[in-house]
Amino acid sequence: MNAKLTRRSVLRGVFNGAAVSLSLPFLDCFLDEHGTALASGAALPPVFGSWFQNLGLNPGRWKPDRVGAGFKNNVELQILDPFRDRLNVISGAKYFLDGRPLETHVSGVQIATMGSLPLGTTFDPSLDTFIADAIGSKTRFRSVEISLTGGRQSLSRSKGGAINTSEPSPAALYARLFGADFRDPNATQFTPDPLVMARRSVLSSLTDERLKIMSRVGASDRARLDAYFTSVRQIEQQLDIALTAPSPIETCSVPAAGVQEEPGRTVAAVEKNNKLFGALMAHAIACDQTRVFNINFGTQGLRTPGGLRDWHSLTHEEPIDPKLGYQREVTWFINFATGTFAQFLAQLDGYREGSGTVLDRSLILWQTDHGYARTHTMDDLPILTVGRAGGRLKTGLHVVMNGDPSTRVGLTVQQAMGVSVNSWGKLSNQTSKPLTDILA
Amino acid sequence: MHDPSLRKNPLRRSRLLWGSALAVVACGVIVTLLALKPHHGKATPGPAVTRRLTAEQFQNIIADVFGEDIDLGGRLEPDLRVDGLLAVGASQVSISPAGMEQYDAMGRAVAEQIVDARHRDQALPCKPAAAADFVEPCAREFLSKVGRLLYRRPLTDSQLQAYVTAARIGTETAKSFYEGVALSVAGMLSSPEFLFREEIVEPDPDRPGQYRLDAYSKASQLSFFLWNSAPDLKLLAAAGAGELQTKRGLARQVDRMMASPRLESGIRAFFVDDFRFDEFETLAKDSTLFPKFSAQVAAEAREQTLRTIVDVVLERNADYREIFTTKKTFMTPELGSIYRVPVFNDAPNGSPDAWQPYEFPAQDPRGGVLIQVAFTALHSPAGRSSPTIRGKALREIMLCQKVPSPPGDVDFTKFELASARGETTARQRLAVHATAPACAGCHKIMDPVGLSLEHFDGAGEFRTTDHGLPIDASGSLDAMKYTDSSGLAKAVAENPATPACLVDRLAAQALGRVNSSGERAWVKDLKQSFAASGYRMKPLIRDIALSDALYTVSAPAPRSGNTQEIGQ
Repeated sequence: MNAKLTRRSVLRGVFNGAAVSLSLPFLDCFLDEHGTALASGAALPPVFGSWFQNLGLNPGRWKPDRVGAGFKNNVELQILDPFRDRLNVISGAKYFLDGRPLETHVSGVQIATMGSLPLGTTFDPSLDTFIADAIGSKTRFRSVEISLTGGRQSLSRSKGGAINTSEPSPAALYARLFGADFRDPNATQFTPDPLVMARRSVLSSLTDERLKIMSRVGASDRARLDAYFTSVRQIEQQLDIALTAPSPIETCSVPAAGVQEEPGRTVAAVEKNNKLFGALMAHAIACDQTRVFNINFGTQGLRTPGGLRDWHSLTHEEPIDPKLGYQREVTWFINFATGTFAQFLAQLDGYREGSGTVLDRSLILWQTDHGYARTHTMDDLPILTVGRAGGRLKTGLHVVMNGDPSTRVGLTVQQAMGVSVNSWGKLSNQTSKPLTDILA
Repeated sequence: MHDPSLRKNPLRRSRLLWGSALAVVACGVIVTLLALKPHHGKATPGPAVTRRLTAEQFQNIIADVFGEDIDLGGRLEPDLRVDGLLAVGASQVSISPAGMEQYDAMGRAVAEQIVDARHRDQALPCKPAAAADFVEPCAREFLSKVGRLLYRRPLTDSQLQAYVTAARIGTETAKSFYEGVALSVAGMLSSPEFLFREEIVEPDPDRPGQYRLDAYSKASQLSFFLWNSAPDLKLLAAAGAGELQTKRGLARQVDRMMASPRLESGIRAFFVDDFRFDEFETLAKDSTLFPKFSAQVAAEAREQTLRTIVDVVLERNADYREIFTTKKTFMTPELGSIYRVPVFNDAPNGSPDAWQPYEFPAQDPRGGVLIQVAFTALHSPAGRSSPTIRGKALREIMLCQKVPSPPGDVDFTKFELASARGETTARQRLAVHATAPACAGCHKIMDPVGLSLEHFDGAGEFRTTDHGLPIDASGSLDAMKYTDSSGLAKAVAENPATPACLVDRLAAQALGRVNSSGERAWVKDLKQSFAASGYRMKPLIRDIALSDALYTVSAPAPRSGNTQEIGQ
């Protein structure tokens, strides 16, 4: 029972057994390409972010004064003036229901993120996951999801039903990004951790056996297991990165952990946590921990302290102020939310990398569920992009879509980020026409 | 009564360590087999499904296999609700990269604890002479035993070999036998066979051309339904011996499992799912408006409702519909303050159990689960009550009725005018719905139901006025009119949709999907026997557990590529 095995007999036993990777030869594959893109002088990789802000804007208060370049922001977007040259305002887009009932605050989200309405419980993947497939597989995290108003709801869904859960807590996100498993690319010494090496070898030795399940299950379960194996590959990728001597990233600095508010539904908590999240994402991108992130503002329960009604209820119940011509409290929330977005952008823009900033190499897509929440409109939607993704996008433009499907923007963004796709969406939301005005 | 603290009871030992000793007392409970009901046949069975373990199932299995004192130290992927149940959503979800990080970290944390200084001698059948020695027979024996429990079936030779090899490679690389074994177990805990409940299908020898679950899949189907956890050693043994594929053998296991205190875990799990108690995770109230409502109150409110239900359906084996009308419940001092009833902790000094049985007086309009904080507060926005939200929740959860979404082009003018006029009670504001035809259709099925619960504010606290005005709690449910929440409770209890809904949900939970059209007759039969039993849940559960419908499946889905025989 306690037969002592020598290293030689172990190796022999392994060779006689199932085909597996060995620890020593295996190490060769750790010396891969990771990091070379960040070597000094090379272009920094592009980054994609999505920001979903429910409940729309006020008609007549967000559309710029003119079409094309050189526009002036309207009142509800003036808070984005500091980024105006890197901003595109897209107006006139539409969500098509194709005879399906309008599920308020749901249908719009689905079309915006997935390009289609789900059939039964079969959801199409959200566009960020295609982008993560294209640019997210070299980093520790394929993507990072954040929810600003508590809860773990996420709009990011992969093929096969994996919902990329949001993190509502900045402290938890800090631990995930910069906790014990983070390796500083600028550390002067590199010693691979033998335990990590063992984990990687063990995982690798189990791969063939695990994959056998794929031959036993039907097609729909196979898609779900594909998603599982993609997730396992991220773990392997993380271990590979941990075992590879890092390429220094001059501009990477590790942030200090901040004190967070309890994730919740008050504006004070959202404001404070948003700043922490913004700083964390700037550092995470600069240190190449991820190249894709999704932020769900999640406004449905947001209230001011002591306020009886949340933003969503107010869109239904607040009368239009006869003097102002719009709902006063609702507009306060719109300005708050858009201000939060501006604050987040400022944090990415405040992180310098050589001659540019983190925001410069990012492309952030801002979408909403309804054009005007009070009447649940599905047309003349405001859509924004911010950042040039390192020159992949032209900016500073007001583009008018004249009732075209909103998916044209999603298709454009995917193409800009390097996804091989020439058509996106379904039925009337299907399009093969990107917005060539803004594609560089 | 079940108490969550029991989960830390050292007497409840892990299957891994003590299972073999228990296996001796295999069939203590033999019932009169003559009493078995005729089995429900069905025309077209539904498909086999692959379900992801729910967060609770994951926790239960770890506790059952490795012991109560193993700390998971992590947070699992949220589950997905489909057709009212997370148990149905489980057959549609996968695992995201962030979720996999969690599973991986938890698997390693669990495995590390099994081989730590406190547990290793009990868990492993040997000690290595030197730390870095790989003791193959020992690893093989251990991994085979753990693998059978985690995979819910014996490992194939090739699976076992892969884990032994993994342990060997781990030992070699980390220079530690325990580390190697732990990494191999961690590998099992993050494997698809553990994290997903794959159903393996075989031709049914009794019905040529038809298919059934193989014995081990059948064991899992049964065990997750009754206990919300993996099969124990006795059930696996019954599956291995072919016993479970006989009617008599199945009945023996069902009766044994129903006699176990763990049936309560299964019943609780069902109601946690059915009553959407996962939403407690994000439940928050505005502390300036509801200063009494705390995280402790929320946790106790959830527990209160579960205790009330378990008392009715399990302890007293009473009519299920009594959960809506019973005056009996359980209180803590904190809950007492919300309900405004005195609760004294008269437990012996130092007793940690703050729970007291409590009975509302007969004339008190309160009673049943609908007026409990776990319903009234859970289905309210953070700053107020909402009869519409409560009415919708009641229809959807208790009656399985789907309330359509509001139309997209609502004209809110009338509503806004009401607000502008300063109409403040919910009844006044919601009255506007009746005047707008586009709204009236749906709101009339939600609002009158919810308005009878207006005596409970957004945090579930009892009140008699709203904005200084007395509350009118009269309402109606379908044809029944009543004057207060006790009338609502009675109307729900007497509504034919109430027991039918329970049967639909319980069947869907057991199957992991909604019933297929071929299974409707089976569900109809279940509803009839449920009524005949006086709406007692235990016979219903037994009925479902013994049904062929639960184990008969349609032909396996076509496979492509390099297929291999099912079950190999």
